[in-house]
Amino acid sequence: MTAISPAAPGVTVSARPGVAATMRHTATLAWRSLVQIKHNPMELLDLSVQPIMFLLLFTYVFGGAIAGSTGDYLQFSLPGLIAQNMLFASLTTAIGLNTDITKGVFDRLRSLPIARSAPLTGRIVADTLKQVWAFALFLGLGMVLGFRVHTGVFGVIGALALLLAFALAMSWPAVLIGLTAENQEKVQIMAFSLMMPITFTSNAFVPTATMPSWLQKWAEINPVSHLADAVRGLLSGGPVASSATVSLLWAAGLAVVFAPLSIRAFRNRT
Amino acid sequence: MTYAIQAEGLAKRYGETRALDGVDLEVPRGRLLGVLGPNGAGKTTAVRVLATLLRPDGGRARVGGYDVVRQAHQVRSLIGLTGQYAAVDETLTGVENLVMIGRLLEMPRAEARRRAAELLARFNLTEAGGRAAKTYSGGMRRRLDLAASLVGRPQLLFLDEPTTGLDPRSRADLWAVVRGLRDDGVTVLLTTQYLEEADQLADDIVVFDHGKVIASGTSDELKATTGAQVLEVRPLLPSHLDVVASVVGDVLGAAPEVAGGLVSGSVRDPALVPSIVRRLDDLGVVAAELSLRKSSLDEVFLALTGHRAEESESAGDRPGDGPGSRAGAHDDTRNGTARKREVAI
Repeated sequence: MTAISPAAPGVTVSARPGVAATMRHTATLAWRSLVQIKHNPMELLDLSVQPIMFLLLFTYVFGGAIAGSTGDYLQFSLPGLIAQNMLFASLTTAIGLNTDITKGVFDRLRSLPIARSAPLTGRIVADTLKQVWAFALFLGLGMVLGFRVHTGVFGVIGALALLLAFALAMSWPAVLIGLTAENQEKVQIMAFSLMMPITFTSNAFVPTATMPSWLQKWAEINPVSHLADAVRGLLSGGPVASSATVSLLWAAGLAVVFAPLSIRAFRNRT
Repeated sequence: MTYAIQAEGLAKRYGETRALDGVDLEVPRGRLLGVLGPNGAGKTTAVRVLATLLRPDGGRARVGGYDVVRQAHQVRSLIGLTGQYAAVDETLTGVENLVMIGRLLEMPRAEARRRAAELLARFNLTEAGGRAAKTYSGGMRRRLDLAASLVGRPQLLFLDEPTTGLDPRSRADLWAVVRGLRDDGVTVLLTTQYLEEADQLADDIVVFDHGKVIASGTSDELKATTGAQVLEVRPLLPSHLDVVASVVGDVLGAAPEVAGGLVSGSVRDPALVPSIVRRLDDLGVVAAELSLRKSSLDEVFLALTGHRAEESESAGDRPGDGPGSRAGAHDDTRNGTARKREVAI
């Protein structure tokens, strides 16, 4: 082989991006995930149609039978619905990532001289903001229907912070699913068949006392129960410390297990 | 001579399948290399390795003087990539897609906007620039995709089957753009299964088959390597086809092909042609058409590989689709749906 050409004169060939550049790339890609809402404002409602439906159905159909009155039930179930919705919404990261991969956008981004992590972090930042929106929507609608916050603004902020912490931990398994699933439909099937049983076998919607004992045992371990309890405590008052701690331990556990798997899957694509 | 792309012994396996089996490539700066081969020949895998998307199992490659594995980031700052299908964010508008790339390439907002407008104008997308890309036609998406790969003014452009699935008019438009880029001094590596496309655009051509380079040279050189020109005779009366076939076969020493009222055979020695004409004349056969032409790339491909370009597909011989080769499946499955059966032109 003959001489290898260096880059043409006048072309700056950048070194690896630093922290500031990484943050800029992340912000640009987060913008990219959010700007579409501008063209399709219905998407914000799309995100929320299912939760709103759940909220109304559970409150008005089951509420009276479960708790004696729809108002009492709403006070119990809203935190559970918020927790359930957060879990489902955390999988939008998987769907978005998977769409990018199957459409080739992911390859385009990886062929650019940008921070390697930006395609992931940009999406996660955007999805986190969507989580904030969903939380506000739920709480606002709940309050219109009669839900009352008994703790105050710090309780609300605490509940949101806990939910976001859990959602961030959930983004690791979501990234793994998004990277490895064959297509978007598979992601959705996986999400549904995993999330429905987990969220329903908890105390999110009903007190566990009437469940068979084996199911009660699981419901006591189920992270959704702890999360729902913690959010209840933070919004309606009551003990928080133990349930919040267990929720955070679960979040840490998810991150510890799935972060290395996701990072490996991500690296394997290069 | 300086090379924009140099690859030595590139290898990539998926399970038992060798998607790349020792590929050497050299592309001088400012040239357009056509990588020609059937589906599953390893073209896309080669592009993915050179564009830093895939790590090779063996061999090494330099792009713009930088190693594609150890200096991937530097390579990325020199290249543009357009894949087999339009890699644009369908939910964003044309403008937003391009501005996003410009911002990622560290352009200030105003410059990113200016560059986006410039490229949209160049690709005749100005009017559609404010619409979501999902409303675009296939040809428009492809143009937007190509525009996206040009935002950073790359020195080196990888075009992986850029016209697969496009209608003839969009294809011609894209060819014009590619020619323009080459005239601007951009080095281009273009993969294609359309033999005509390589013939039309490429300065040099390499032919891939089963993960190997089986031939290289200019279009004319390749046509010459098979040694043959093609003689075609169409008798005025279809009933004379048999006579013509036997005369041509007799003189050339090999049975000619007879199809569609046309007898065609490979000619190694053009001096034989007059004797065919004389014998046909003696037999009272009138030729409605008689021509001697260079072999088409299709015939070259057949001569080189022993199979026609479109055959390997039906044979299911697609290295990229090996079991457990998710990344390999990129190689050629994606265009499976978009591709039309018009490979041999």
